[in-house]
Amino acid sequence: MHNNGHSVSYLDYKGKHTGLNAWILSTDHKRIGLLYLMSTLAFFAVGVVFGFLMRLELIAPGRTIMDAQTYNSFFTLHGIIMIFLFIIPGLPAVFGNFFLPILIGAKDVAFPRLNLLSWWLYILGGLLAVISVFLPGGPADTGWTFYIPYSIRSTTNVMPALIAAFILGFSSILTGLNFIVTIHRLRAPGMNFFRMPLFVWSLYATAWVQILATPIIGITLLLVTIERAFGVGLFDPALGGDPVLYQHLFWIYSHPAVYIMILPAMGVISEIIPVFAHRTIFGYKFIAFSSIAIALFGSMVWAHHMFTVGMSETAQLIFSLLTFLVAIPSAIKVFNWVATLYKGSIATDAPLLYALGFIFLFSIGGFTGLIQGALSVNMHIHDTSFIVAHFHYVMFGGTGFGIFAALHYWFPKMFGKMYNMRTAKTGFWFLFVGFNTLYFPMFVMGWLGMPRRYFDYLPEFHIYHLISTIGSWILITGLIIMFTNLWKAMRSKTTYTQSNPWGGETLEWSIQNTPTLENFEVIPTITAGPYEYKDNEEPLVKENN
Amino acid sequence: MNGEQSALAEHTVEHKPTYGIYILVWLVLMTLTGVTVAVAGINFGNITIATALTIAVIKSYLVLTFFMHLKTETATFKIFVAVALLFLLISISLLFSDYSFL
Amino acid sequence: MSTIAEHTVDHVHRDDEGSRLGMWLFLFTELVLFGGMFLVYAVYRFTYPQEFHLAAKELNTSVGALNTIILLTSSLTIVLSIVAIRKKNKSLSVFFQIVTMILAVGFLVNKYFEWNIKIHHGIFPGSEILLGKANGEIIFFGLYYVMTGLHALHVMIGVLLIEVMTGYTIKGRINETNYVRLESAGLYWHLVDLIWIFLFPLFYLIT
Repeated sequence: MHNNGHSVSYLDYKGKHTGLNAWILSTDHKRIGLLYLMSTLAFFAVGVVFGFLMRLELIAPGRTIMDAQTYNSFFTLHGIIMIFLFIIPGLPAVFGNFFLPILIGAKDVAFPRLNLLSWWLYILGGLLAVISVFLPGGPADTGWTFYIPYSIRSTTNVMPALIAAFILGFSSILTGLNFIVTIHRLRAPGMNFFRMPLFVWSLYATAWVQILATPIIGITLLLVTIERAFGVGLFDPALGGDPVLYQHLFWIYSHPAVYIMILPAMGVISEIIPVFAHRTIFGYKFIAFSSIAIALFGSMVWAHHMFTVGMSETAQLIFSLLTFLVAIPSAIKVFNWVATLYKGSIATDAPLLYALGFIFLFSIGGFTGLIQGALSVNMHIHDTSFIVAHFHYVMFGGTGFGIFAALHYWFPKMFGKMYNMRTAKTGFWFLFVGFNTLYFPMFVMGWLGMPRRYFDYLPEFHIYHLISTIGSWILITGLIIMFTNLWKAMRSKTTYTQSNPWGGETLEWSIQNTPTLENFEVIPTITAGPYEYKDNEEPLVKENN
Repeated sequence: MNGEQSALAEHTVEHKPTYGIYILVWLVLMTLTGVTVAVAGINFGNITIATALTIAVIKSYLVLTFFMHLKTETATFKIFVAVALLFLLISISLLFSDYSFL
Repeated sequence: MSTIAEHTVDHVHRDDEGSRLGMWLFLFTELVLFGGMFLVYAVYRFTYPQEFHLAAKELNTSVGALNTIILLTSSLTIVLSIVAIRKKNKSLSVFFQIVTMILAVGFLVNKYFEWNIKIHHGIFPGSEILLGKANGEIIFFGLYYVMTGLHALHVMIGVLLIEVMTGYTIKGRINETNYVRLESAGLYWHLVDLIWIFLFPLFYLIT
């Protein structure tokens, strides 16, 4: 076992740092990916706790376990943590960092030290957000959307939350920047754009959104901070400012942000489906281009979050139309995935179950998005729990399940261990049933008029809230089963050396589990696309023990 | 282009750098600035601001193309700049769909 | 470095085009950051045309024009410094870089005096005099201070960046075969100039 980085795994090599520093000062994309994994999951756990407690409060009308002010802070923090600290960084920072260089046949990203800086900024922003909870004044209670004028009037710790979000934005931008240069400059010989795996395409489209859209929220939140500190009047209606302009600026980022969230998840599904159907992906180019189309159209629909604030009719019509159009490239992906499965030789392992769960849940989320995009309907369901259900279906049922799918798919490669497949599937079913029990009633009660972000409600909504809260317990049970299973596998002494357990054809399956520092001893030359299964034949990449 | 690059600077055209072209561009920029200020002194109303902005765009083009070497970079850079400008254009146009109409 | 040191950093191949690509992408984020501010400006200009026109009279066109000339010239000098180092003329390159920084400081000095005069007249965010004016004027000055302030911050960062490059040039770490860092610093500097190219007419020339 030599110590020159050639066959020592990335978990074990000795560099110039030791101990904890060997990790938190590492510029190895794989270690950085794991740093992100641990930190995003830690914040996810905190976000889940907030969600659990919110649902507990809502199990019955009136006050149950907290007062209204606390409830407002809880949904604010739940949103900030889940969105900025889990879902946005989740797939790109964890699996993008770990696998992008490997998937294109590179030794690392274009700017490894910048990559480390991204993680440090992430931690800084995250800590600031957590600290803001405990500073005098109490945690922000404005909602994660920080709408004017309340965000400039509220006496809670809005500024630390704004600054935290600003710093997190930088982290996201630098990751996007790194990925674009990596994809343009470090592809292995023979890997032209149309031989890249679809996860890479999705990261590429995502990176562009990260770079172009994030600075808008950067400046917007900066302006609110300056407004709070100096009273410049840019948004304050008392000084002539326009609160709706704030909303425009906020959503010019925050809508594309949801595509930052979903595109990589769709990329993961595009990786998993062909492997577990043992068939080449249907419509590779359409899926690749649809990622670009989603990024482009997704930057043109933001005001569909604002249909009820008093925009011009012209604007409402334009944005409603564009909202319908943006569904098309997503639908193309769903059709192509299903077409890939058709007549495939399907292996129903955990990664595929999560992928199928994604398709089902994301479709419901997507359809209800279209419902919301219809102007007349929107008037009635805006700011109701219908919206809450919709975005949880796409963000949690979509990206969340995408993250779980990626975890189960790439687990053996990342850790050289294997989890218990039966337990993994059990976990999936608890999650799937719990998820739908938790969120589907929200569609119904939202339709019937239950407002969102409300601490209390009328008795007629009680039954839905009760079912929903019970659903949250089933869901959390599923999370515990899933993560315990993975954790036990990680800690297990039994190593798993099959480098290609699923029969995949992308480059990560051609290298050892827990790859070496530089991933490849020899940079491969690519002569074929990534999913060239020939009708249920053995994969081109052979396993090596 | 793919594959690892160990190349030195890769300007596609500039084999021999010269001072002259930049000084020339600078003179044009000075002139344009003079024109902008002069026009602003004469009150043409909306035309004044339109002229000022047009000149600003021309100046930007000159800075981008010559000072920032966009002229000699590969197509990738030019496409990138176009994409960024497109995003800003989309944002401002759609934003004004709310403000320009009732 | 020893053979067991972090290979990734040691083996990082040199990729000048990649470095420039990365810098351009970073510039896009700055472009959009200020772009967002220009969006805000555009909306309020559209909403308060008269008040903007009135408020802009407080600004001194000559100082603004002078600052424009200063920045445009500094863009020239930084690009000339790159030509100089490519022609192996180290001292001329350092000279041009120093001139760039001097010009930048000149810009900041002008800005300092501009702001000082206004603050002396009681026109600053939160002041009684400003709050006594029409809403559109309050917004105009809010935008003025924030946008020129943010821009000035970037000028300061630019100066620091160029100062570092000057150090590298003197030490020979930037030379005729390795000058991508100077180019990148130059790109950043040009962006700072570009933003001012638009700030100038929009704040000073709308009277």
